[in-house]
Amino acid sequence: MLSRPIIEARAIHKSFGPLKVLDGVDLVVAERELVFIIGPSGSGKSTLLRCLNRLEEPTSGHIVVDGIDVLAHRTDINALRRRIGMVFQSFNLYPHMTALGNVALALRRVVGLRRRDAEERARSALARVGLADKADAYPAQLSGGQQQRVAIARAVALEPRVMLFDEPTSALDPELVGSVLRVMRQLREGGMTMVVVSHEMEFARAAADRVLFMDGGRVIEQGPPDCLFGAPKSDRLRAFLRSLERH
Amino acid sequence: MSGWELFLFSFLNLRVIAEYLPSIAAGFLLTVQLAALIIASGLALGLLLAVLRSLGSLVLSFAIVLFVDLFRAIPPLVLIVLLYFGLPNLGFAPSGFVCTWVVLALVLAAFAEEIVWAGILSVPRGQWEAARSTGLGFFATLRCVVLPQALRLAIAPLTNRTIAITKGTALGSVVAVSEILAQASAGVSFSSNPSPLTLGALAYLVLFAPMVLLARRIERRFAWRR
Repeated sequence: MLSRPIIEARAIHKSFGPLKVLDGVDLVVAERELVFIIGPSGSGKSTLLRCLNRLEEPTSGHIVVDGIDVLAHRTDINALRRRIGMVFQSFNLYPHMTALGNVALALRRVVGLRRRDAEERARSALARVGLADKADAYPAQLSGGQQQRVAIARAVALEPRVMLFDEPTSALDPELVGSVLRVMRQLREGGMTMVVVSHEMEFARAAADRVLFMDGGRVIEQGPPDCLFGAPKSDRLRAFLRSLERH
Repeated sequence: MSGWELFLFSFLNLRVIAEYLPSIAAGFLLTVQLAALIIASGLALGLLLAVLRSLGSLVLSFAIVLFVDLFRAIPPLVLIVLLYFGLPNLGFAPSGFVCTWVVLALVLAAFAEEIVWAGILSVPRGQWEAARSTGLGFFATLRCVVLPQALRLAIAPLTNRTIAITKGTALGSVVAVSEILAQASAGVSFSSNPSPLTLGALAYLVLFAPMVLLARRIERRFAWRR
């Protein structure tokens, strides 16, 4: 099932001043693979994700996504980002636009669709996340779970090759988490390649092909969820999993 | 004459008012033109400067801050007089109208830049990141995502400032611009009666009351549903 790598990140280093956030991380993701990244806060997992579409500029390293060198100066980063969908912890919907407007904006301005075509595609993207009836609602009129689904629709409407999720459910009330995970599962079943930074361990167990455990800017351990959760090899992962159970 | 009659004779003298109505009407039209020029060029320049500052170039930002602080610190009248009486020495003699326009437009631009810039800064970084992550470029993000939110916050202080600075057109009376105040003062001198000033005040009211109302409408339009 796993085929050629669609993300190939090698020896990624990232420092903020004297602070080393990423210390030589490799991440290779195959097409249609779902990779989960877990780790304590400050372990560098979000930074790694943000390096993949160059929201964060790595200090050194190589990143190739879908055959394109992400860090090369001649790369049209905007064209590349269109193929890398990203979903944020805090949704980041545009508050001055309706749900439809949020999804349609990049379709018009980046893909170059005419208003009617963009809105048609935006509507079908909203329908896919179960929000067809909320097209004309403003973000403030939506629940957190609905906002995050609009954000997913905004990314998915561009038909990306990869989707990056940065703690997509961390800002949600517990009862709203399920609706977002359902949409992510649907995406997964549709064959989307996904890299997910999250603490939703049950989702990881059920859906992930591979789990990476990061700590201190390094990948400490990785493998299929059953191995990683069932038989953690490192002390740090054992300690981390114990700390999660306590919650 | 009783006190009331004296007041009416001095400030609401219909004969004097009728006599100077045409010249103050002419001053009104000139003031409208001057105000329109100041608002259009001042706001446009202020917006442009705020956009340039958002590019994050150190040199450019420093130059903009220098300009802004200078023009916010010096009283506009000083600048108008300096331009009007100073420039001819350099072989270039702009009219009082042009001097007033340029100075007030620059002062408005300086304040507008600060207000819009504060608005841009108040838009959370996540808005930039979300837009950029969908492939929108810097300027498209600024135009479609950041500025609409920034301007919504800026619109109230911006209209306040615009009205305050546009009222400075009265300063043009010092450099021979025949705007409302100059015409009214001339009327007062010629008729030895202050009624033309009352008429001038009315003319300012006619000019600025609609502006205040327009500002309120713009503020309402920019408020999206929360």
